[in-house]
Amino acid sequence: MKILVCISKSPDTTSKIAFTEDNTKFDENGVQYIVNPYDEWYALVRALEMKESNGGQVTIVTVGAVADEAVIRKALAIGADEAVRIDADPKDAHYTAIQIAEYAKNNAFDLILTGKETINYNGSQVGGMIAEALDLPYVSIATKLDVNGNGLTLEREIVGGIQVVEVSLPAVISCAKGMAEQRIPNMRGIMAARTKPLQVVSPVAVEDLTKFSSYEMPNSKSAVKMISPDNIDELVSLLHNEAKVI
Amino acid sequence: MILVYINSSNGLSKSSFEAVTYGKRLGEVVVITNGNTTSDTLSALGEYGASKVLVERNVDGEDAQQLTKLVAWAAQEVGANTVIFSHDLTGKAVAPRLSVRWKAGLVSGAIALPDADGSVRVNVFSGKAIGKVQVQTSNKIISLLPNSIQPEKSGASCAVNEISANVGSGAVKVVSTKKPEGEIPLPEAELVVSAGRGLKGPENWGIIEDLAKSINAATACSRPVADIGWRPHHEHVGQTGVAIRPNLYIAVGISGAIQHLAGVNGSKVIVVINTDPEAPFFKAADYGIVGDAFEVVPKLTAAIQKFKATQL
Ligand SMILES: Cc1cc2nc3c(=O)[nH]c(=O)nc-3n(C[C@H](O)[C@H](O)[C@H](O)COP(=O)(O)OP(=O)(O)OC[C@H]3O[C@@H](n4cnc5c(N)ncnc54)[C@H](O)[C@@H]3O)c2cc1C
Ligand SMILES: Nc1ncnc2c1ncn2[C@@H]1O[C@H](COP(=O)(O)O)[C@@H](O)[C@H]1O
Repeated sequence: MKILVCISKSPDTTSKIAFTEDNTKFDENGVQYIVNPYDEWYALVRALEMKESNGGQVTIVTVGAVADEAVIRKALAIGADEAVRIDADPKDAHYTAIQIAEYAKNNAFDLILTGKETINYNGSQVGGMIAEALDLPYVSIATKLDVNGNGLTLEREIVGGIQVVEVSLPAVISCAKGMAEQRIPNMRGIMAARTKPLQVVSPVAVEDLTKFSSYEMPNSKSAVKMISPDNIDELVSLLHNEAKVI
Repeated sequence: MILVYINSSNGLSKSSFEAVTYGKRLGEVVVITNGNTTSDTLSALGEYGASKVLVERNVDGEDAQQLTKLVAWAAQEVGANTVIFSHDLTGKAVAPRLSVRWKAGLVSGAIALPDADGSVRVNVFSGKAIGKVQVQTSNKIISLLPNSIQPEKSGASCAVNEISANVGSGAVKVVSTKKPEGEIPLPEAELVVSAGRGLKGPENWGIIEDLAKSINAATACSRPVADIGWRPHHEHVGQTGVAIRPNLYIAVGISGAIQHLAGVNGSKVIVVINTDPEAPFFKAADYGIVGDAFEVVPKLTAAIQKFKATQL
């Protein structure tokens, strides 16, 4: 099976979030980038497990700049066979998805995996957009993925329960927690990653449909009101009269 | 014209009223939905501002490709320039597809109505900041984060028309669904009681469930608690779990790590109960109690029950 895993970078989860240029640009100063956890822990690792049990090939693709190759090498160290970097700024989900779809069109993948969402822009958009551009079925936010004959059996968490679905291949799936366990790259993987093929592809012309015009910080909370554990009735009365939530 | 897609396969949920209310603030609303919910039930969407409901009975709603065709068909049919989704499992699958099909920019996870300049706010960096998204196409798609707007009644029940759109067959087949009865779905819950490693073990969750029951709240947990199997995975909130924004979030024995806060910092009111006065969660809280969960939580449950009794 030929599997394409879409990998994006995201700021390390403990990064301080700030903006520059009159709050129009994310301040990258001192920010460490990691592979977006959903892409790495779930999509990539599940793809590698499938390859290990059924054979095949795992290609990773990133829309990004040269600087993102560090993140790409990390995904190669975990075990992907080869990488593709589409040399463009992924500023809009539609732009990014069409780039990936164009690349995929010419390379006959059986399965395209994305993460559930990126933890910076949290859009949950790119997977569905790739699927529509390629006219493929899409199962979003799958928590379990198994090969079943010529198709897949998947699980998704629906409101308060679990849904089991089947889909034929080729298909696009977005991956969430439950699908696989995080893998830590070992020394051999890291060494091997250095020499694995990393192909750079030029972007196609696509329009941006949206743009982030500016950013702001959420209203900070007013100082916490501390209540003595011996005076619980006060909390109940504050929740009723002041906060009006019960 | 504003088209609102609603997933009515389990009847009408609060988020569907929110989506219609949101649409109504932008213009005249037509609802498109699918499945078997009775026309009688669907007509209640009129009370929130829908002028008409279109329902396709032959689409079960599990296949995003079919739904995308259905919504695109309806947008064309009613001459919509804006389509609203709820940012739930269905919206997250269909809205991006529609964006490509309809060549319309998508605002994913809107938390407010558009500003005067047309930009719409969304959470970014897992709730640590807010971004303003400008859609650059004349047609627009907005998926609305649950609990971002108060549903508002503004009219009477409306007409429901059965339609048939040619959407082909679905490639995604549902094999089975396991759905526990009577639980409050976490993303829609207005009140949530959540607990972390401070509870020491799964056998101690009784006090959390009792507290939740006393105010009719849903239960949630921190990630390590779900990872070690003390609680089911779907209760895990935070950056890598479910993101919620209830009216009240009570956090018991949770330290308040940044990745946890990322999923809950949209809550309107946060109460933190923790033995450690230095726990970072207190910085994000509205009300705090430094104390042992095993003493404080049962006391709080009793105080609430006593208070509720006076309210009858
Ligand atoms: C990439 C990444 C993503 C992550 N995503 C998430 C996520 O989505 N959600 C999430 O929750 N975490 C997430 N984490 C983990 C997160 O960093 C924390 O480790 C986790 O939230 C801690 O859980 P906790 O507060 O239950 O446990 P602890 O940090 O162990 O805290 C337990 C708390 O209980 C208190 N306590 C102890 N005894 C009592 C008592 N008797 N009564 C009252 N209080 C008591 C302690 O003072 C302490 O504050 C993520 C981490 C990473 C690296
Ligand atoms: N620049 C990118 N390059 C490759 N894949 C991406 C990129 N951005 C997003 N993706 C993929 O699309 C998923 C959803 O992203 P988003 O729509 O931004 O939440 C991510 O988890 C990745 O798998």
